[in-house]
Amino acid sequence: MSGAIALQAPDASILARRSTIISDLEDLLPAGTLVSSERELKPFETDGFIAYRRMPLAVALPRTTEEVAAILKYCAKYKIPVIPRGAGTSLSGGAIPQEDAIVIALTRMSRILEIDYPNRVARVQAGVTNLAISDAVSADGFFYAPDPSSQLACTIGGNIGMNSGGAHCLKYGVTTNNLLGVKMVLFDGTVIELGGKALDSAGYDLLGLVCGSEGQLGIVTEATVRLIAKPEGQRPVLFGFETSEGASACVTDVIAAGLIPVAIEFMDKPAIEICEAFAHAGYPLDVEALLIVEVEGSDAEMDAMLKSIIEIARRHGVKTVKECQSATEAALIWKGRKSAFGATGRIADYICMDGTVPLSQLTNVLRGTGDIVARYGLRVANVFHAGDGNMHPLILYNINDPEESRKAEDAGNDILKLCVDVGGCLTGEHGVGIEKRDLMPHQYSKADLDQQMAVRAAFDPGWLLNPSKVFPLEGRKR
Amino acid sequence: MTLTFEPETEADVAAMIADAAREGRALAICGGNTRAGFGQAVEGAAFSTRRLRGIVAYNPAEMTITAKAGTPVAEIEAELADNSQMMAFEPVDHRMMMGTEGVPTIGGIFATNSSGPRRFVAGAARDGLLGVRFVNGEGEVIKSGGRVMKNVTGLDLVKLLAGSYGTLGVLTEVTFKVLPVPRAEKTVVVSGLNDAEAQMAMSAAMATSCEVSGAAHLPESVRWLFGKNGLPPGPATLLRLEGLPESVEDRAKRLTPFMERHGAVSLLEPRESQQLWREVRDVTAFSDDGSHKPLWRISCAPTAGHQLLAALRLQTGVNAFFDWQGGLVWMQMEGDAEAEMIRAYLKRLGGGHATLVRARPEIRARLQSFQPLDAGVDQLSKAVRLKLDPKGVLNPGRMG
Repeated sequence: MSGAIALQAPDASILARRSTIISDLEDLLPAGTLVSSERELKPFETDGFIAYRRMPLAVALPRTTEEVAAILKYCAKYKIPVIPRGAGTSLSGGAIPQEDAIVIALTRMSRILEIDYPNRVARVQAGVTNLAISDAVSADGFFYAPDPSSQLACTIGGNIGMNSGGAHCLKYGVTTNNLLGVKMVLFDGTVIELGGKALDSAGYDLLGLVCGSEGQLGIVTEATVRLIAKPEGQRPVLFGFETSEGASACVTDVIAAGLIPVAIEFMDKPAIEICEAFAHAGYPLDVEALLIVEVEGSDAEMDAMLKSIIEIARRHGVKTVKECQSATEAALIWKGRKSAFGATGRIADYICMDGTVPLSQLTNVLRGTGDIVARYGLRVANVFHAGDGNMHPLILYNINDPEESRKAEDAGNDILKLCVDVGGCLTGEHGVGIEKRDLMPHQYSKADLDQQMAVRAAFDPGWLLNPSKVFPLEGRKR
Repeated sequence: MTLTFEPETEADVAAMIADAAREGRALAICGGNTRAGFGQAVEGAAFSTRRLRGIVAYNPAEMTITAKAGTPVAEIEAELADNSQMMAFEPVDHRMMMGTEGVPTIGGIFATNSSGPRRFVAGAARDGLLGVRFVNGEGEVIKSGGRVMKNVTGLDLVKLLAGSYGTLGVLTEVTFKVLPVPRAEKTVVVSGLNDAEAQMAMSAAMATSCEVSGAAHLPESVRWLFGKNGLPPGPATLLRLEGLPESVEDRAKRLTPFMERHGAVSLLEPRESQQLWREVRDVTAFSDDGSHKPLWRISCAPTAGHQLLAALRLQTGVNAFFDWQGGLVWMQMEGDAEAEMIRAYLKRLGGGHATLVRARPEIRARLQSFQPLDAGVDQLSKAVRLKLDPKGVLNPGRMG
């Protein structure tokens, strides 16, 4: 990509001390914890926002909170930037490093420390994958609710950094609503604990502030998360519509009728075709838009809920209603949806937007998105969490064509501005990272941003933790 | 209370606070002042948001509502009820337990993060809060969050402001999530369990797929203070089911035989159920009779609550009941507040959060109402406060 988004220029004095820093850190840490050869650093040069890449100075792979604290203490002393990293699946560039920075990747801290069913919590290390938590408790009838599409790979630490969501958040909330406590290391090496097994914690809600702070306030090394008993049954149902408008109006009316399914996912025609070709999920190909509506509970409950939803869908010209007949079919329906990004990646490069809009604006913004992308001569596929208004237009382009790359980035910015202008926000669940950083002034006034930055500076006065992210590089407040 | 400041617009709020900051005057912030006894007393000119009033935007199909901070909770509840919606976190009305009068405001609910029985499954007030406008201690108008259901744009100052008791900013406008009112409700009552058995029964119920939306236990000693009708005699463990009628019916049928393994089961119909959960929410059993008996609110791991109470019962006069599966204990002390004893036991049981909600003024002056913080967290909290209220104008000392 053309690289319109700037990262901080590396500090030449740090680069000059590179070999000293590496040997100091090697002395400080157990053998094999620090990697610094070009070959080993390569996998860390970018994340899920692959258009941008920068090599870090070195990467540390600690196994304990104490090791994280030791690295941070050293970096604080010598004013070396630090980039926290989970699995590197960020779609907004939240984990992209810079040449003068040490990456602290928490993937080796992947132990589940405690599962406590009577209190319905699990205590895990930050490098545990999202899905591993649900897998560990599934046989006993529990699950961990937030389910980002990357849940097989992404870590709970990364989820906390970005306050990640997923398809089932409509009912169960996002990460911040399912997080009860963290152990974290501040930049000066102090280890603090926030929250725990109790629902409320004392003092200010620093836990709420840390969740979604994109690794700028400290490095989370352990988390206490809420476990929820699995419903008796789950049933995703496919609704095919002749128009996108019909599908969006159906979403609004389902919510207005007081029916809150577990998930309402929306796919437009290009997205349906891409996913069906990849997953063979049985999606109808003769419709303009598809809703996957999932209900849960006992058969009687699901029947009652679906009956009402189907009635509403009929009023909006639903063409196909497909209830799945088996668990395999249900799994296939979700496989199609969750592989949307991967499947799209097979046919083109894409950037994935994440704006969230009020439900009444869905139709308007979908149309606006189509117009914007057409104006740049590009294609778009829409696949998103309709129930909470969280749009994910995938703008398709060729990453090796600088002209097209620039157009894709500009189109994305226009779409996000549209989302803000209709009363929405720049990012619903992916985070600001570097991708949306320079659009922040479109959503927030100078006073709003200054206040956020001042609070950030209470944690990291030197702006060394994940420094190139979230806030525009100019006008930073300490 | 004589009010010195009653701004009518956000601009007024900003101007008044900017003046106070310039002159170094402290302000005692409130809404309807129904939670006046919370935390430490504040020396300062009384400042109420009660005239910032009115619903700004409400579209039921978007499941969000925006209101000015001084809007009475009752006004919002009525508007929501007309559209069969509600605040899922069940805002607490503190007037009975605090012995106060006045009109609770929506800003007060969020400033104190006051959440009722459904909190343990549906989230607290802070979880429902999507966006705020507030004035910081320098008189600047700041907005954070928005009016959409998912938002991770920048630092979440919304969560930070929720439950900050007016010490970080004065809320002027709040936007929060609302949910449909469940069309049906029933409460499954398990009778005759002691506190430990009740805790196990509640945890067992929460491990089923029955989606229990309220789990409280009323020990024998408080049972008579609740539910003038419908409740069988003896200690009562309450499990609430809500949702579509077919669904509630179905879950009650599944939960009943399961709970019969723990004790005798009976059912409360909607009207009795609603009344009872309101009493649990507002802690009417420990209403202030004018004697200001010390009242504690303990938030801890669900399995720790009954152990804490058992330990205290051997040492002092205490009456209590449990909400949130056992993780919220409301305790009324017969004599001394016993802050040290309670906090020491709580620490031994894995930690938590003991708040002295009510006590005579001279006792409050002597004790820390809020749970003391660990050194690292305390230092950080003070640093954060300095970034929002550098002059210490807003409710100084309220949180200790």
